[in-house]
Amino acid sequence: MRMNRKLFLKLENNKVLLAVTLVMLAAASTSAFGETPEEKGLAIAEEVDRRDLGFGDSSSLLKMELTNKQGQSSTRELRILTLEVPERAEGDKSLVVFDHPRDIEGTAFLSFTKILDPDDQWLYLPALKRVKRISSANKSGPFVGSEFAYEDLLSQEVDKYDYRWLRDEACGEAADGLACFVIERFPRYENSGYARQVTWIDQQEYRPIRIDFYDRKDSLLKTLTLSRYNQYLGQYWRADDQYMVNHQTGKTTRLTFDEWELRVGVNESDFNPNRLKRLR
Amino acid sequence: MSGGWIVSYAELIIRLRWLVILGSVALAVALGSGGQFLGFSTDYRVFFGKENPQLKAFESMQQIYTKDDNILFVLQPRDGEVFTPEMLGAIRELTEASWQLPFSRRVDSITNFQHSYAQGDDLTVEDLVPARAGLTTEKIAAIRATALGEPLLINRLIAPDARTTGVNVTLTLPGESESEVPVAMAAAREIVEAFRERHPDITVAVTGLVALNNAFSEASFADLATLIPIMYGIIIAGLLIFLRSIAGTIATLLVVGLSAGTAMGLTGWLGINLTPPSSTAPTIILTLAVADSIHLLVTLLHAMRQGASKREAIIESLRVNFNPIFLTSLTTAIGFLSLNFSDAPPFRDLGNITAMGVIAAWIYSVSFLPAFLAVVPLRVKRQTTGSNDLMQRLAEFVLRRRQPLLYGMTALVIALAVWIPRIELNDQFVNYFDPSIQFRTDTDFAMENLSGIYQIEFSLPAAAEGGISEPEYLTKVDAFSDWLREQPGVVHVQTITDIFRRLNKNMHGDDPDWYRLPDERNLAAQYLLLFEMSLPYGLDLNNQINVDKSSLRFLATLENMTTREARVLKQNSEAWIAANIPASVTEATSPFVMFAYISERNIISMLTGTGLALVLISLSLIIALRSLRVGLLSIIPNVIPAVMAFGIWGLLVGEIGLASSVVAATSLGIIVDDSVHFLSKYLRARRERGASPEDAVRYAFATVGRALSVTSAVLVAGFGTLALSAFELNQSLGLLTALAIFAALVADFLLLPPLLLAIDKEKKHADEPKALPQAGE
Repeated sequence: MRMNRKLFLKLENNKVLLAVTLVMLAAASTSAFGETPEEKGLAIAEEVDRRDLGFGDSSSLLKMELTNKQGQSSTRELRILTLEVPERAEGDKSLVVFDHPRDIEGTAFLSFTKILDPDDQWLYLPALKRVKRISSANKSGPFVGSEFAYEDLLSQEVDKYDYRWLRDEACGEAADGLACFVIERFPRYENSGYARQVTWIDQQEYRPIRIDFYDRKDSLLKTLTLSRYNQYLGQYWRADDQYMVNHQTGKTTRLTFDEWELRVGVNESDFNPNRLKRLR
Repeated sequence: MSGGWIVSYAELIIRLRWLVILGSVALAVALGSGGQFLGFSTDYRVFFGKENPQLKAFESMQQIYTKDDNILFVLQPRDGEVFTPEMLGAIRELTEASWQLPFSRRVDSITNFQHSYAQGDDLTVEDLVPARAGLTTEKIAAIRATALGEPLLINRLIAPDARTTGVNVTLTLPGESESEVPVAMAAAREIVEAFRERHPDITVAVTGLVALNNAFSEASFADLATLIPIMYGIIIAGLLIFLRSIAGTIATLLVVGLSAGTAMGLTGWLGINLTPPSSTAPTIILTLAVADSIHLLVTLLHAMRQGASKREAIIESLRVNFNPIFLTSLTTAIGFLSLNFSDAPPFRDLGNITAMGVIAAWIYSVSFLPAFLAVVPLRVKRQTTGSNDLMQRLAEFVLRRRQPLLYGMTALVIALAVWIPRIELNDQFVNYFDPSIQFRTDTDFAMENLSGIYQIEFSLPAAAEGGISEPEYLTKVDAFSDWLREQPGVVHVQTITDIFRRLNKNMHGDDPDWYRLPDERNLAAQYLLLFEMSLPYGLDLNNQINVDKSSLRFLATLENMTTREARVLKQNSEAWIAANIPASVTEATSPFVMFAYISERNIISMLTGTGLALVLISLSLIIALRSLRVGLLSIIPNVIPAVMAFGIWGLLVGEIGLASSVVAATSLGIIVDDSVHFLSKYLRARRERGASPEDAVRYAFATVGRALSVTSAVLVAGFGTLALSAFELNQSLGLLTALAIFAALVADFLLLPPLLLAIDKEKKHADEPKALPQAGE
């Protein structure tokens, strides 16, 4: 801003018209005076990632409530175990174990997130008593019938997207009183279900507050609102409530997290496909 | 009724002629300006009232699963084989492009079909034709074998002869604006246009529910654009021939134009969206409004030809015609207003718009028309003798042959009536559209080459949450899909049990022996979980499984069957389910099912409406004619035209849809006009002139015979014009009404006089006959 004003003052004596034009250009794109919106967007995303660095591993209980347009609902319960992989070129490892409904109890899903390639995935079906490796490029389908796609829940990595900062504004209802960065991100991996996402990140703690998902034809598809944040280990923020509304079908899914624990001390060997059978 | 006040009224109109003309035009412009708000409905659901049980069943199905409309692209390469590298590439391309269609939520084709296969403990789920696959001959042969062997694809997205394939786009229309459908359809056509340019040797047809919806507005528009000019042409020609007066013709054109404009403007102000049935309203109004003017002009010109001054002629014409025109307008309005009993809102709109037009026509006919004629120069050749030779001869013929005519007409009516039960109700909604509408030809192409367009859906509830995985339930619903597949006319059944079978095979290393239903609930549930985890965006199972996995949706695709066959299939299916899976009792539903019952429902609802119209119209006649006897007698010539018309239809055509339900009511309001005019002249002669019944019949023929022939001719031509409609309902409605109007003229000329003479005999002595002035006065 200061540079702006200086430039303006310097030109004031000369051609006002040119100055106005330049200032307008400057407002439209800050490129002449520092970072581009793309750089700023990426910087914010990196800061989000940086602040979450070093959590080591986490575990949580998760209740998933699916509701259709008529208000009929159904719940699923699962546990998620995440192992942080510090290298930026590699994604985290996640293990999902289903507890409820009874007929899928003990079903375990293990994934090693990749940045741009299809993730490595294994599934253990207790009824079949076998571990199956799943080869699929699809990450965009509904996660257990919910409004969350697999790609919304797991496998969030900085380098999966290109970014662009849009504007700063109040975070809105979900985080009253906080100011947010609004950045746009464009999936770089193939087979994403989205053309882009618009995310609201609070400027104080760099937590995602809201995400708007746009489908492949760039129509607003879903809105995710994250709330009831708690801080763990004096640093890491986790939302206990994640609410997804599908604007096109009227269906909703609420994720309620419970018993967040960080640095519980799991290690690589817990994420071995061959050990899926012994989980319970 | 000497009509003293009518004479004063007529004099007032003549004195204030300029004010009346300006006032009428100003009123028409003010009301007509509502035309700018006119819109076209783009949803087939408008044919169903809110309380329609089939609509309710279908909507509840959509609430439980997904609300789907679709666009189906049908592709056929000229060289006759779908499985070539170029063709598969083209399908992939169209599949990709289809994701860009507004409101699209899902695209299904043989290329993005989620093919799953196993290699040991590795399960692969991918597009059947992957993006960068080298399409070698062997690879293509494998793809072909998979596609043709896949129950989810064969007969739905790929024809068994591998000559034709489809790309099905599922859309969820928000339903907030009528422009959604045209927007989606325009985008689809753009895609097709671009596709055709790149692949000139592939035939592309576009169908589906969105195309259907769009066709409704296109048919409405086509009707407005073609029928109205034709109708004006007919009116101009008819008037010039019959009236032989240019000024009279212009006056009539102005009256009908103002009437139609007023009614359509009011329609716009009221926010009624046009549908194919209601878009015929202006054509019908033009037709009906002509009648009022003709009656006024025939009397007026006749009086002038006999030597009266224009002023005298205008007053005399109003005096003689004011009451009959009011009465005929009233009865016509009642007939059309009775359409409000119809279960199909488009017919209610048609009734209300036409009734508004008829009332407007009455107002303009008794105000604007005489005022206009008072202003414009009107020249006629003086004639000393009446030009009613033909009518006089007809009157003498009827009087001479009254007995044979009475028996002959009765025999004719009975002979025709026996054909009515042979009429079969059929509402194959694709056939609603004339081949001039693209949707019809494209859909016929799809049905001939790929698969049916008509479908029937079932939602089969299981015992409890997650119950769809119970082996017992799966076995039963699988038996149902097997049974369904064997039913005549069923082309394809989409059932999730086929997916369970395939997964079971995949999870056992693709061993064909395992191509069977999982025999354990947990296993089925876990397969489902696995499958859901590996599906891409849009290809999920939410359209087939409800939220708590307690019921499944089945979709049967049917060949081009009649709605009677569809009703049989629906009843048989429901009976099979009730007998074999009593816990899953359900109602079959779909747009086709809705249309399958639409005629019956409307006929039943219109029975009340038509009955009420008959009672009201007969009461109006009794009051207006001040004769219970004659009023009751009039019911006979008013009812039998519809009977004759339907009889002729049963004899010559034999099949009819929704239009049948409303024809009796609308034609009643129109044909009653003939008897009103005839009877009012008959009674005038009897009362004012003390004529004998025979002479009163002669008087009636002489005074209104010609006008009735002319108006009937115009009405027959007008409703006959509807035969040129792009919409089958309108064609049937127009032809049946034209038949009824013609039958009414025959009945009023050949049956009504003998009936009058038969019941009026004994009155002869009561009313002392007075000296009779010359007939034809």
